[in-house]
Amino acid sequence: MIIFILSLLFGVIFSVPSFLQTDSGKKISLGLDLQGGLHMLLGVKTNEAVTSKIKSIATSIKYFAEDEDILIDGLSIRGESVIFSVLDKDEIPKVDKMLEQIKGLNVSKDGLALKVELTDDEVLRTKDLAVAQAVETIRNRLDQFGLAEPTVIRQGDTDIVVELPGIKTQADEKAARELISKPANLELMAVDEERADQVYSMSKAQAAQYGDIILEDSRNPEIKYLVKEIPILNGSQVIDAKVAFDQSNQAIINFTLNSSGSRIFGEFTGKNVGKRLAIVLDGRVYSAPNIRERIGGGSGQISGGFTTVEAGNVAIALRSGALPASVELLEKRSVGPSLGADSIQASMVALISGFVIVFIFMIVYYRYAGVIANVALITNIFIIIAVMAMFGATLTLPGMAGIVLTIGMAVDANVIISERIRENIRANMSIPKAIEDGYANAMRAILDANITTLLVAVILYAYGTGPIKGFAVTISIGILASMLTAILGTHGMYEAVLSKIQKDKNTKKWFGI
Amino acid sequence: MEIFSNNKTYDFMGKRIPFLGLSAILFIASIILLTTKGLNFGIDFAGGTIVQVKYEQKAPIDKIREVLANTEYKGSTITEFGSPEEVVIRVTGSSSALANDIGDEMHKLLDSTGNFNVRRVDMVGPKVGGELREKGLMALGLSLIVILVYVSFRFEWRFAIASILALAHDITIALGAISLFNVEVNLDILAAILTILGYSLNDTIIVFDRVREGIQTSKESILSKITNESVSRTLSRTTLTSLTTFFVVATLFAFGGEIIHGFAFTLLVGIVVGTYSSIFVAASFLVQLKFNIENFRAKEAEKVKKQKEKDKLRAMYEQGTV
Repeated sequence: MIIFILSLLFGVIFSVPSFLQTDSGKKISLGLDLQGGLHMLLGVKTNEAVTSKIKSIATSIKYFAEDEDILIDGLSIRGESVIFSVLDKDEIPKVDKMLEQIKGLNVSKDGLALKVELTDDEVLRTKDLAVAQAVETIRNRLDQFGLAEPTVIRQGDTDIVVELPGIKTQADEKAARELISKPANLELMAVDEERADQVYSMSKAQAAQYGDIILEDSRNPEIKYLVKEIPILNGSQVIDAKVAFDQSNQAIINFTLNSSGSRIFGEFTGKNVGKRLAIVLDGRVYSAPNIRERIGGGSGQISGGFTTVEAGNVAIALRSGALPASVELLEKRSVGPSLGADSIQASMVALISGFVIVFIFMIVYYRYAGVIANVALITNIFIIIAVMAMFGATLTLPGMAGIVLTIGMAVDANVIISERIRENIRANMSIPKAIEDGYANAMRAILDANITTLLVAVILYAYGTGPIKGFAVTISIGILASMLTAILGTHGMYEAVLSKIQKDKNTKKWFGI
Repeated sequence: MEIFSNNKTYDFMGKRIPFLGLSAILFIASIILLTTKGLNFGIDFAGGTIVQVKYEQKAPIDKIREVLANTEYKGSTITEFGSPEEVVIRVTGSSSALANDIGDEMHKLLDSTGNFNVRRVDMVGPKVGGELREKGLMALGLSLIVILVYVSFRFEWRFAIASILALAHDITIALGAISLFNVEVNLDILAAILTILGYSLNDTIIVFDRVREGIQTSKESILSKITNESVSRTLSRTTLTSLTTFFVVATLFAFGGEIIHGFAFTLLVGIVVGTYSSIFVAASFLVQLKFNIENFRAKEAEKVKKQKEKDKLRAMYEQGTV
């Protein structure tokens, strides 16, 4: 009885914040299906991360060779490996030593030709890192975008779950999706001035022979640039990006490079005065200005006819880092806030009317025993809500259905007990013995029945996703709560009123028979 | 108030053959339905996109069809959803592009059909659909195994087999009804099926508990008599619980809104079938499996004896006489 009163108190106290939706205290938050919002499952194309890793290794080899004045030839990327040949045999040990410093490489040699690949472990590590980094990047972007409580969590090997409760309109939703999907891969690339005039007649394969690629202009895809495949710098060296406006009041993005980026940038511009530098964002050339002099200080700008909003999003994306690989949408569920409100209302009506019917039924059928059962039921509801609030659980539509069903199970426990007591009274047992015996006999059945259901709920939780998990959680909490309230709670209440029942001896009034 | 007289014992087991026959017919009919008509898998399992649109006035379904007929979405189905203002457009494909998806496209296409509000866009890619299906079957299979083990442990293997047979009976018939009424099968239906499993098991175990008790306490040694007695004693509990649950689910069905309709429907069918099976079918299987009372009693007696010996030993040990 004391346990029961304590648990009732616990239930009431901890469910208050949830009922009143107060700001303080732990409360149940509503699921996206009830409050509206966007749920997405994204898949990271991890193979792309491996490709870009290969690309960056090629860049390192290039700079190493230039720094050390080692002559190499035919540096290019073939599938998932980098190939090149060293012109002077004596330089090979130097190259070997350099390659040894990069971890996770397989180097194979054929005379002067070298082939560099990633080891299998390194491929796995790169993929894993790509997903972790994508989670981090997406979280940063959403935080800066100013949405309320975004959730970004990794799921499994390659997937990411994104939940945005703050989304209210389809336009908001689209903006958020665009922001997340922007690779924001900034590359500074050298224009191949020797062959620039052949760009319109050249095929991709031909360009590849010279270690070049053909890129389109961001505003006019008809305009094409022939640039060196291996970039000079990429976005990982950007430490800041801000929106600014040029003389004609066009939005531009100013970016700042870190120290190693600044050094490379300075050296490159110093050596290549008079040539063009292509500023490439996500595979499209935004501008390709002539290099007039050595640019120190490590800052640059991207212009290219942005609207202010676009420029803002690009700046956010650059600041929060590039996505190491592009992401694809695997699953999306978006619920408008009005639908959520309708669902809450409909299920509330169902819930309350369901309870009322059950309450009335119990009292009509069992009289005072029914009243006792109803007190236990109400306590049960409070406990479910309180426990869910303590765990910070979210209430979803299936979760609400779960509560309704648990109430059914809780009623069942009470019915089993009451029926047993009635049986004993009919067998002319004394009332205290009828109650004690009833509980003892009912106990075994209730335990067996509830434990099996609990086992099923646990399996549901383990193998379910999203909504099913919520359903399993409410059922599990409900079953435990109902065992507590039905077995301990009502038993205590009977003990408390036992003397009255004994004085009264009116079993019709107390047990309905 | 009482529904069933508590002193009367009904002869369920004597009439078990006709009831088992009825069950067999329903079971076979369901299997035929499931193999010929099959289940109407929704996007959770089949993949695809649904767009729920609410218009300010009555939804112009014909116009929507016309607009979509000239696009790549011409194969989509358009159905009223809950009220005449609201429609659901089901598209078989899904788009994996994050920045511009089917929801955005729909919004543009439908622009000319009137003032509306896109209330829900759900898209499930083919990979996820396959995974969800796999996990669902896994959950169902594992649940059955766990039940088998637990009931064998608490009762006896024939009880476990009988309860699993009764469960298979309930689930198959519920699935048959889902197929018959063309209910869209999504994750929530899977949850409903698993709930039915729990409920029906609950009912069956309460009856079996009585049978177990009867075997242990009564002097009767004919199983069908004990079973009749047990089913009759639990009859009012079974019907009462089922009735109250039925009420609650019926209100969900009536007022819970369109989204919860399929879920509530499946549960309604499940509760009716589950109640029927725990009264008429589960115990019949037990009798049909020729459960041997004498053996069971002997084993139970053995257990009790061992327990007593243990207690005795312990008592002696504690008193220090060993």
